[in-house]
Amino acid sequence: MRFLFKTSYEQDIRLFRDRVAAGWYALLALAVVLLPTVLSGYYVGEITWVFIYGICGVSLMVLVGYTGLLSLGHAAFLGIGAYAHAYFLHHGFPWLASLGLAILISTVCGIVVGLPALRMTGIYLAIATLAFGVIIQEVFTRWESVTHGFAGMAVEKPVIFGIPLGSDSAFYYLCAALLAVTLWLTRNLLRAPTGRAWIAIRDSEIAAQSMGVNLAVYKSIAFAYSAALMGLAGALFAHKIAYLAPDIFTILLSIQLLLLVIVGGLGSLHGAVFGAVFVALLPPIIAILRDSIPATLSDVAGTTGIALVGTVGRVIGDFLKKPGVEAGIFGLILVLVILLEPLGMYGRWVKIKLYFSTFPLYKRNTFRRQKSYMRSERLR
Amino acid sequence: MTGSGEGAILIRITQPSPLSPLSPCPAACGVSTREPPGACEQPGHLLHPNLQSPAVPILARGSGTRPRSDRGRKLTTFLQLTLNGLAVGCIYGLVALGFVLIYKATELVNFAQGDLLMLGAFVAYMAVVLWGLDYWVGFLIAVVVIAAFGALLDMTVLRRVIGQPQFAVVMLTIGLGAMFRTFASVTWGSEIYTLPTPFSGVTNVAGVTLSHQYLSIVAGTLILCGVLYAFFTHTRLGIAMQATSQNQLAAYYMGIPVKLIFSLVWAISAGVATAAGILLAPVTLIDINMGLAVALKAFAAAVLGGFGSIPGALAGGITIGLIELYAGATLPEGFKDTAPYIVLLAMLAVRPQGMFGTLGRKKV
Amino acid sequence: MTFFAAEGLTINFGGIRAVDAVSFDVRQGEVFTIIGPNGAGKTTIFNLISRIYDPTAGRLIFEGRDITRVPPHRIAAMGIARTFQNIELFEHATLLDNLLLARHAHKQSGFLGEMLFLPSVRRMEIEHREAVEKVIDFLDLQQYRDAYIVNLPYGVRKVTELARALCTAPKLLLLDEPSSGLNVEETEDMAFWIEDIQKLLGITILMVEHDMKLVSAVSDRVLALNYGQPLATGTPQEVQSHPEVIRAYLGG
Repeated sequence: MRFLFKTSYEQDIRLFRDRVAAGWYALLALAVVLLPTVLSGYYVGEITWVFIYGICGVSLMVLVGYTGLLSLGHAAFLGIGAYAHAYFLHHGFPWLASLGLAILISTVCGIVVGLPALRMTGIYLAIATLAFGVIIQEVFTRWESVTHGFAGMAVEKPVIFGIPLGSDSAFYYLCAALLAVTLWLTRNLLRAPTGRAWIAIRDSEIAAQSMGVNLAVYKSIAFAYSAALMGLAGALFAHKIAYLAPDIFTILLSIQLLLLVIVGGLGSLHGAVFGAVFVALLPPIIAILRDSIPATLSDVAGTTGIALVGTVGRVIGDFLKKPGVEAGIFGLILVLVILLEPLGMYGRWVKIKLYFSTFPLYKRNTFRRQKSYMRSERLR
Repeated sequence: MTGSGEGAILIRITQPSPLSPLSPCPAACGVSTREPPGACEQPGHLLHPNLQSPAVPILARGSGTRPRSDRGRKLTTFLQLTLNGLAVGCIYGLVALGFVLIYKATELVNFAQGDLLMLGAFVAYMAVVLWGLDYWVGFLIAVVVIAAFGALLDMTVLRRVIGQPQFAVVMLTIGLGAMFRTFASVTWGSEIYTLPTPFSGVTNVAGVTLSHQYLSIVAGTLILCGVLYAFFTHTRLGIAMQATSQNQLAAYYMGIPVKLIFSLVWAISAGVATAAGILLAPVTLIDINMGLAVALKAFAAAVLGGFGSIPGALAGGITIGLIELYAGATLPEGFKDTAPYIVLLAMLAVRPQGMFGTLGRKKV
Repeated sequence: MTFFAAEGLTINFGGIRAVDAVSFDVRQGEVFTIIGPNGAGKTTIFNLISRIYDPTAGRLIFEGRDITRVPPHRIAAMGIARTFQNIELFEHATLLDNLLLARHAHKQSGFLGEMLFLPSVRRMEIEHREAVEKVIDFLDLQQYRDAYIVNLPYGVRKVTELARALCTAPKLLLLDEPSSGLNVEETEDMAFWIEDIQKLLGITILMVEHDMKLVSAVSDRVLALNYGQPLATGTPQEVQSHPEVIRAYLGG
């Protein structure tokens, strides 16, 4: 069990709690850098999705987890970033300029959406963002001069300063680097007055105002920053998916992003990354299980002679092959997470770490709060 | 289902995206929905359900007298649109009512409302078509079964999440909804089913074709709303429900069985959703995703009416239904789906609490 | 120059006149208490001063300036801080974060600087932390620094409310029922703290209180309210022996 001995205020402000924590993160960074050398192109591609979803997760975590503003239409910003970036690339803009413009446009849209949001709370804000998402999706379909509507829009591979970065590993490194930058910038904001102001808005708007927090300004900043990150993620998304169509950026995608932050763990940046890992890797895992479960279970049935095991394997395999099952599995996991581990994957991770670090003195009720009654959120 | 490059993106459910091109008549009469209204003349196929939006009813070419003048025809069309919009709006209103009931009591937004509607329609289908029961018996069975299911849902799942932030519980209902859709897909498959009803006739009033289907929807909604209104204002149970919605702890102290009340509210809400689903079934035909599109619009309707107000839910629903129909008939394509949302945004910008809602503020 | 004055302050909520032409002034460096039965409008006056509500009529003057229409988030920078009767802390943040947030009014860093966490921002963070630590020492909250507010007991939360208000470095401190929910010992501590705040920190205090012992012990002047209307103003002894006040509030 390690004791943290604090000798200066710097330690509370630093990015990493101490040398050991920094060491672990360095190890993680090393693993990320070395991964493409050991994995095949398919897996490298799947992990790139983790990075892209990670940026989306950070964006939503800032808005929903830290500022407490629920947005049901965030896929719209992803789409705006994607289409803007693709459009400018088509018209010959250099990659960085195109990216910058995409982020700028997305930010402006975020501010525009945020403005009416200043007067709305909770559920009304959610439906307003939902409406915005639907309208933007329609705009993607109809504004054919820019988005080519249903015909779709091909996106070329990224070329930065003449260096082509379209290969699986090059794009992997690009996305990893951008995710790292995003995490760093956001972490800086969160340990500075802006981040504290966001938390204040989430917990008590009236008290925040009494402390001098200008609600309108900080809510707008939250929307703008969140939209900017989504724009960045959208640009990378466009490259990854290589062919844009309007029916990608639906409300279902928005809900999937929200699922990301919840399952990951609301209220921490780690949660965003954990959630990204979950959302990006679950479909390939299901795909793998679909074939491997019946195969392995029938092997087991063969060797042990219990035919039931083989039938069970076949039933599970058939079930996983049916259309629409993936959504159900996502739903089931979401329900289980909310019921059993409201703190999400990151919360469970913290508990596990605490268990091992305080072994055998771990108390299960460390994280249990007293039984809570429903607090009305209509009056906040 | 999941392509290699897109494997990580989407929850690939078989939802016809709201914007996909119109599909041929699901009742497989072979006529595309791009054909003029009434082109499908199969008996009982009153309309082509447009999968973009449930119940964008297209007028049946009735056998009534055709108005000779152009102006007369415009008036008839307008009246027809109004009736259809009213019917659609009633469905939205019923589902919005379910939203508002649960919200008023427990401050949760139940995003699985649309999927309860879908399950109700399927149960009715099973009762009427597979088991051969009478329509009304099937109706009753479906309502009772799904109401009980709703109460069960509350007792087993929702009760455990009391105290968690509202947002987390909303996501919980979204997850439940996805599970219901998958369950329906696995149990009944992804085909489209029809529900035979006793309302397949039409009446002609002054050149306006009144389909009994739509009249049944409007009448059913009115009856249901009347019953609920009486229940909430004139019974102790209804008042107890209001009490628990405002202060759970105080309600406990007053001896109100809070948990039972919540389950009851869920049961009522699920029952209302089922009724809506069965009324809607002949219009849009039963399939797994019938609930999703309805729920989104109904949610918008509930907010438009002022979340937390029962007459508001109905008013909001009818408004959305009418807007949808009028926009679909007059504005270029694409506005049909977005016009209700544009109106909603405009309303929220001007009056953030909706039509009948009240703006609350914490007293410090 | 008037340090603080309310002139003819009135507010209607629908048909109810919660505060009716209340006028009083607070001199710099004194402890001024408002007493009265529940519903008399005391907290409403605080909400008016914090600009959470807009008065229907009347004026508020602070340091010679009219602050009647100032937006609520400017009040802290002007030097007015308040505590809330029903604790309005930031539940899901640590105590330290709550106090650091109170320094927001004195924030000098810009968004870009914070995003890049420039050395100047780092330096300012340390300065804020030092200011906050002084208050923590003053109120003996060291052991609760890293605790989340949800996990803290009621008494500690009350003190945290006070600490948070002090961290804004106010000139005028509004205390809304500082001793409600505290036992005898804690109330004594509170009395000492109020005295220290007044004498050591030189902060003027405007207080709402029900505990008459505390009121007599620390107040310089008292205003009694009933149904939104002023009954009597004066020293604690004068007000407590005023017949109207006894009839409406103190009993006997």
